[in-house]
Amino acid sequence: MRLVAAALAGLVLAAGCAEAPPKKAAVAPEMVAVIPGAGGHVGAVVVRPVGGGEKVLDKAFASHRVDADGATAAGPVTREAIHAVFASTLEALPGRPTSYTLYFLEGKDELTPVSRAELDKVFGDLRSRPAPDILVIGHTDTVGNLAFNDKLSLARAERVREMLVGLGIPSDRIQAAGRGKRELLVPTDDNVAEGRNRRVEISVR
Amino acid sequence: MRSILVLALALAALPALANDIGVVKVSRGTVAVERAGQKLPATVGMAVRASDVIVTGADGSAGITFTDNSLVSVGPGTAFAIDKYRFDSTTHAGEFEGSLKKGKLAAVSGKMVKQTPESMKIRTPSSVMAVRGTEFVVSVEEPVALAAR
Repeated sequence: MRLVAAALAGLVLAAGCAEAPPKKAAVAPEMVAVIPGAGGHVGAVVVRPVGGGEKVLDKAFASHRVDADGATAAGPVTREAIHAVFASTLEALPGRPTSYTLYFLEGKDELTPVSRAELDKVFGDLRSRPAPDILVIGHTDTVGNLAFNDKLSLARAERVREMLVGLGIPSDRIQAAGRGKRELLVPTDDNVAEGRNRRVEISVR
Repeated sequence: MRSILVLALALAALPALANDIGVVKVSRGTVAVERAGQKLPATVGMAVRASDVIVTGADGSAGITFTDNSLVSVGPGTAFAIDKYRFDSTTHAGEFEGSLKKGKLAAVSGKMVKQTPESMKIRTPSSVMAVRGTEFVVSVEEPVALAAR
């Protein structure tokens, strides 16, 4: 039985060879390319083929390719070629993790007019992100004692959290915490009013 | 600057479950997560775990944000296995190993690669790509019959 199968396979192979002789077994064609980041930064990827060797791709659109017959090729590809192949893949990349800082009036959980004006932009970004993971951390300046500032910083964070929930972001995706006057943006002595320290930081990914 | 760093550290610790290594942020068309022999539809907000395999149909694409802020997206006709993932949000040490069996992948490396270059590796049938940062694309096509050439 096996012999017959082998003989048949041989016949089929022979027939195939007569028309177009295959050079090697087919391999999966591959490509890897380094692309410039959002800020134009170009990183590097080191390609290590299973058979040994090493190629460093560290220029924009530098690529390493494997053809169907197993031959490899290197050299830059065009931006257009990358987008033609990877358009829907690149479109599916999630939004870059980022953070925002909002500032508050002295001794209050009320935003400064400048920060209030920035709210639409910040909230617009947060709201546009699917399934966002948001961390809100409140801070104070050094006016007042530790307990007062711990409470105030948490009130600031909770205030922003409420605003985000009001925008329709599910509350279980937002964590709020207060750091009091423990983490100054601008180092000062104790009991110094410093606007840049009265803030809430919102991190999102 | 330092407080932003601390905040980022804290954010990295956000997912409540240690097993959760990332979240599906984008899911279009047919996308499934193969986990422990089961095939689960990939929905936005779904947590991703080490040893999950992301599989897309001919109309599918998906994007995942990992706990170290690395981003990975897959295009149509893809099978991408997360072989290994570990990230320490305090030291930023970790390792991320994935295999692109077939299809298309785009990635932006995160904090672990910034801390330790080449800690993120993507395997294809022919090679291992060690990532020093930051953005790259990889494709693996179906092998084609050479007889027609």
